[in-house]
Amino acid sequence: MTATPGPSRPGPAKLEVRDVTKSFGAVAAVQGVSFPLYAGEAHALVGENGAGKSTIVKMLAGVHRPDTGTLAVDGAEVEFAGPADAKAAGIAVIYQEPTLFPDLSVAENIAMGNQPLTRLRQIDRKAMHANAARLFTRLGVHIDPDRPARGLSIADQQLVEIAKALSSEARVLIMDEPTAALSGVEVDRLFAVTRALRDEGAAIMFISHRFEEITALCQRVTIMRDGRHVCTEPVADLSVDDMIRRMVGRDLSALFPKQDTEIGETVLEVEGLGREGVFRDVSFTVRAGEIVALAGLVGAGRSEVMQAVFGVDRYDTGSVRFLGKPLKAGSPRAAMAAGMALVPEDRRQQGLVMDLSIERNVTLPRSRALARLGLLFGAAERREATSWTSQLQTKLGRLSDPVGTLSGGNQQKVVLAKWLATDPKLLIVDEPTRGIDVGTKAEVHRLMSSLAARGLAVVMVSSELPEVLGMADRIIVLREGHVAARLTRAEATEENVMYAAMGQQVTT
Amino acid sequence: MSDLARGGKQKDNAVLEVRRRLATWDSIIVLLTVFVLVVASFSVTNFGTSRNFTFMILDLLPIVLVALPMTFIIVTGEIDLSVASTLGLASSIMGYLWNQGLSIESIIPICVVVGAVLGAINGFLVTGLGLPSLAVTIGTLALYRGLAFVVLGDGAVADFPFTYTGWVTGTIGDGPVPNVLVLILVLAAIFGVILHATPFGRSLFAIGANAQAAHFSGIRVARTKFWLYVVSGAVAGLVGVLWTLRYSSARADNGAGLELAVVAAVLLGGVSIFGGKGSLPGVLAGVVLLAALQNALRLQDVSGQALNIVTGALLVLSVLLPNIATSIRTTWQRRKLRRAATV
Amino acid sequence: MTATATAPRHLLSGLVKVRELGIILALVLLVGYTAASNPRFLSGQSIRDILLNTAILAVMAAGQAVVVITRNIDLSVGSVLGLSAFTVATMMSDNPGLPMVVAILVGLAVGGAAGVLNGVLVRYGRVPALVVTLGTLYMFRGVTYSWAGGQQVNADELPRHFLTFANDAVLGIPWLVLIALVVVGGVALLMRNYRVGRELYAMGSSPQAAELAGIKVARNLLGAFILSGALAGLAGVLFAARFGTVDAAAGTGLELNVVAAVVVGGVAVFGGSGTVWGAGLGALLLTVIGSSLTVLDINQFWQQAIVGALIILAICADRLVAVRIARSLRKKDSHV
Repeated sequence: MTATPGPSRPGPAKLEVRDVTKSFGAVAAVQGVSFPLYAGEAHALVGENGAGKSTIVKMLAGVHRPDTGTLAVDGAEVEFAGPADAKAAGIAVIYQEPTLFPDLSVAENIAMGNQPLTRLRQIDRKAMHANAARLFTRLGVHIDPDRPARGLSIADQQLVEIAKALSSEARVLIMDEPTAALSGVEVDRLFAVTRALRDEGAAIMFISHRFEEITALCQRVTIMRDGRHVCTEPVADLSVDDMIRRMVGRDLSALFPKQDTEIGETVLEVEGLGREGVFRDVSFTVRAGEIVALAGLVGAGRSEVMQAVFGVDRYDTGSVRFLGKPLKAGSPRAAMAAGMALVPEDRRQQGLVMDLSIERNVTLPRSRALARLGLLFGAAERREATSWTSQLQTKLGRLSDPVGTLSGGNQQKVVLAKWLATDPKLLIVDEPTRGIDVGTKAEVHRLMSSLAARGLAVVMVSSELPEVLGMADRIIVLREGHVAARLTRAEATEENVMYAAMGQQVTT
Repeated sequence: MSDLARGGKQKDNAVLEVRRRLATWDSIIVLLTVFVLVVASFSVTNFGTSRNFTFMILDLLPIVLVALPMTFIIVTGEIDLSVASTLGLASSIMGYLWNQGLSIESIIPICVVVGAVLGAINGFLVTGLGLPSLAVTIGTLALYRGLAFVVLGDGAVADFPFTYTGWVTGTIGDGPVPNVLVLILVLAAIFGVILHATPFGRSLFAIGANAQAAHFSGIRVARTKFWLYVVSGAVAGLVGVLWTLRYSSARADNGAGLELAVVAAVLLGGVSIFGGKGSLPGVLAGVVLLAALQNALRLQDVSGQALNIVTGALLVLSVLLPNIATSIRTTWQRRKLRRAATV
Repeated sequence: MTATATAPRHLLSGLVKVRELGIILALVLLVGYTAASNPRFLSGQSIRDILLNTAILAVMAAGQAVVVITRNIDLSVGSVLGLSAFTVATMMSDNPGLPMVVAILVGLAVGGAAGVLNGVLVRYGRVPALVVTLGTLYMFRGVTYSWAGGQQVNADELPRHFLTFANDAVLGIPWLVLIALVVVGGVALLMRNYRVGRELYAMGSSPQAAELAGIKVARNLLGAFILSGALAGLAGVLFAARFGTVDAAAGTGLELNVVAAVVVGGVAVFGGSGTVWGAGLGALLLTVIGSSLTVLDINQFWQQAIVGALIILAICADRLVAVRIARSLRKKDSHV
């Protein structure tokens, strides 16, 4: 997997983004971004979550229209009224979350929009099926073209998406984190196909957080930060450190302070927890004042384990004990009553009710305790919400605004406020700093550290290695649903955590 | 600090608009209702009389009572179309049991319990088996109405004791205030307080707006919905009794089609069909508005059926107008941004 | 081509077949049992009556199925039928010389216009279909009432050729039944074998993905509502021709039977699956149940209850099949 130098690029760009700006409400998601995409080139687009990459993708896909600035295909300015126009211009997009039709067959999903037709303009099912089978052979995968898309694994769905892009003979292929859910073999296969497409003259835009993939596949890279264009340069000219520094805008050191704390009594004991097909035989304990990190790849079962512990999901085997007492399974309410709190991974779907006001969100788990004689009045909720949002220095307009109007970082603070208000003894945080700005990130880390210092037990699920290494007293690495390694703070390095997560031997 | 606050406020524009318009739909509907009442009292002969007032209250009695639990159910993002059939079945059973010689004092609680059981069946199918409530309650709409006919056929039972029929149609001290108005006010107050000033009410909005987040916050989503269906059934059973007593006639087809009027009134009152939004005062205004319009038009000898046009149009407009206002605003905003950029 | 290409057992089409086989099996059992206890059930006249009664419902169910497949609903069809029936009946009694074709075209046009209103409000007004069509259910009925007042058009005011149309037969098949067959067959073909049909399925299966895939969602949705409206309008003409007497209440409450036929026929209320043939079979099953009860001398009052139970049974069965298929697919995956 070495980077092949791209061909020389004469003439106009295949696709060009020209000084594009896009705002949602008063929030500027993208401001004055320009870069060209050449035929026969794989071009990486990198940046932190919230840097504006997805907005760029959606503009190229015709989902959003730029407020100002233009897009150009083959040097001619274009305006996409909708995804159909982008498709007609030869742009295919593979989204981070696959967009298949679950009720339709895989072959139909691939052919949707340009099905082969018979003379009577009816759909030629045989040709459609053969086409899908041919594409899968080319991709080297075994998916039955006649099965419905419902129930496909994420990796298979991603492959169907790629087959879809291939079948439309797109000249521009935009891939938004296509490898996040793929295994090593699948990634290699995907890259082989992508390289072949590139060498046939397609322009590829590749978005990924994995730098080794970028150096393996791409010739040039565009870096974005806070909606702005930082630079576009040949990949060969930048080291990974250079890229990170430009993404983040400062050095990474000293971002993760974890104070040393006194470790107290055991708060949580998880014993032999298992759920069919998801995780098995997971055991660990967490003590007061301690931060335990669950590390591992996406899909290793980390969130699933913690959601089973908290009771929003079921588990089939094993037991959970909290402060020495067995905890009722499958009941978030019992877990909350015992003193557990879960800040979930997906803020929009699980953490917050976006349409409800900030104060209602903060007090949602506490509304019973705040009621007097069963009645709940706005004043009590407002007092509670005011106190917690100001303690966490949440930037907000009014407490009665819907929580969806806040920035990602402030939304995360509201979720933290919501759970800290319940005065928990164990705080589970799942990807606590995903999609929030660097400043807030540091605040969240400081907060977690001080909570641990006050004797709270903390379990942190995180995919960011520096965060894991900086924050955790102990690290439990999960791989494919079971515990692959247990490391103390002193033992842990980026390498051995990563090796354990990927199932490779530690070579020291 | 004030800068921060302002920044936050600006950011919220788009979503704030959404909220603002919802807040205004509640007030628009209340104002519209008051306006219609005032105009009708002055311009429609006999509208303002106490006799007419009594009739109007009796006419809106079934809709307003059934609308109370329906509001809860729609706020959680579900629907119950079987209410009118539950009402009919309760009425049939009332007639049947009366013919069997049971005392009215024991029949009434039985009918309410039957309603609760019918509601529990809906609740089980929706929450226990996870079936879509729209399809389930269309099914039980047919099923319960069919059973009502099985129980009583197409005949009627009419000889209920005057003590009870008289109470339902009567007024307090023979004044202008109907007895049932007290019942309406008490129940509306209870439902209103529960929806807007209890932890349970808060959880209903959370369930409707995002059931998963509600589950993650320790709210028992399925159990809550189940009990809402039970309450809805019980209230429909009670209304079946009141309907029977009011017309002094137990019939299998009592209340047929009422479900659509109830849903229309609830949506007209500003409750979102997708759940998570709405208020009880808005719903009450919606019910009164429909009843007042119907009553006023009838007094002017306009066919009550022609009123359907107004009902239907109001229903559509209650969702359409706010949507149009929002899209005009966003278009205007985008144009402003573009202009600012070209300058 | 390869082994997978010729694999005969397709899980997807398997589901569809199982679903329709279920209805056919229920029909066979019901007809068999009824005929065994009363052979007159299979007499020409009896079958003819059943088919005539099915025809109107099936025409409406075909349109409704298309709308439901897109994850919407059209509750206004009963009122559209009423409006169309009254319009056409009035027109024919005023102008007895008009040919039947004109009556049909006018019915289609009235229904199509109603469908345009529904579709525009749903798509461009962004009002949920349930709200829109509940509203237009009232509005169209109200228009019919204010126009008709208390009047009705009686059979003796209508021209003969209009009234005999329902019973006239070609090759022994009544026109009414023929029209229903053509409508159901045509719409089924459209939904199965043409791009626009597959796009309608796609829209119901995942609305967001349909937008991203560049499907002309607005055009298709409008088309679905126009089709549903136009077929309800056509049903209005057939209704007027069959019954002769039309007042403003014609077709009241029919929307529930139509939705019932569609749901019993295996079209999922959350869109994306089910077939138009299934909806047609659902209409037939509902009608046959009614006739069987009469023949079996069972209290007519049971009919509605049975229809209700059948709807619930159908959605329970669909749910069960869906769970089964998900499980078998998972197992299949784990073997690979």
